[in-house]
Amino acid sequence: MPKFTDQKFVYTTYIKTTPEKLWAALTSAEFTRQYLFGIDVVSDWKVGSTMKFVKGNETWVLGKVLAANPYTLLSYTFHEERTTESSIEPPTKVTLEIEPEAGTETVRLIVTHTDFIENSKHYQNISGGWPAVLSSLKTFLETGRILGFES
Amino acid sequence: MDAVFKALADESRRSILDHLYTQGGKTLGELCEPFAQIMSRQAVMKHLRILEDAHLITTVWSGREKKHYLNPVPIHAIETRWIRKFEKQRIDALSALKSALEGTDTKGKKNA
Repeated sequence: MPKFTDQKFVYTTYIKTTPEKLWAALTSAEFTRQYLFGIDVVSDWKVGSTMKFVKGNETWVLGKVLAANPYTLLSYTFHEERTTESSIEPPTKVTLEIEPEAGTETVRLIVTHTDFIENSKHYQNISGGWPAVLSSLKTFLETGRILGFES
Repeated sequence: MDAVFKALADESRRSILDHLYTQGGKTLGELCEPFAQIMSRQAVMKHLRILEDAHLITTVWSGREKKHYLNPVPIHAIETRWIRKFEKQRIDALSALKSALEGTDTKGKKNA
């Protein structure tokens, strides 16, 4: 059995939006494909259901829903399906917490990614991935635009 | 964004971030150790507060321990604000070159 570490990522972003809009952006393919590099998130978001990140016909990530409390908490397992050095590693765990900032129109999103094995390649891939996704998500929700190469 | 630049404009705070980049999830005590010769516990606490206010650090309570993690999201926002523009020019230059070489109008497609 590979040895798990307590290495984890805790990334935070503050977005001028509502918990409802943020929840929709995290759980609906019509939104994810706009800020998540064209990836559709596919799930019925019932605990125990599968959760997939699909690009075109290809499944990039496969997981299982661990928790889905609308507008507050979403958690799923996360396994890279595309054949890479890291796809042989066991699934990791992603938790997304949504907290309205009292007295403001801002929502705090905290992403925690855990359950990495020792010397995980997946860990290295993920470290740069989330900041890019979170910046893109923030821009999408605050301006309706996607980060990219538009003028 | 002012808070991010102010927080980064200090060598000690950048060193603290370097430590958290190498290994996240450190407590105040663990963060004080490498700086024991040069900074008091109070000074480290003050720096951590400035970094946290700038959202460069996320803290998580684990039982009675407060653990600190580097949060690179504001730094990524700086990158996308200024660096992406230069990438755009390079990419535009490449698509212009591609159109010229292939005799196709890739720009038209991109904007469709």
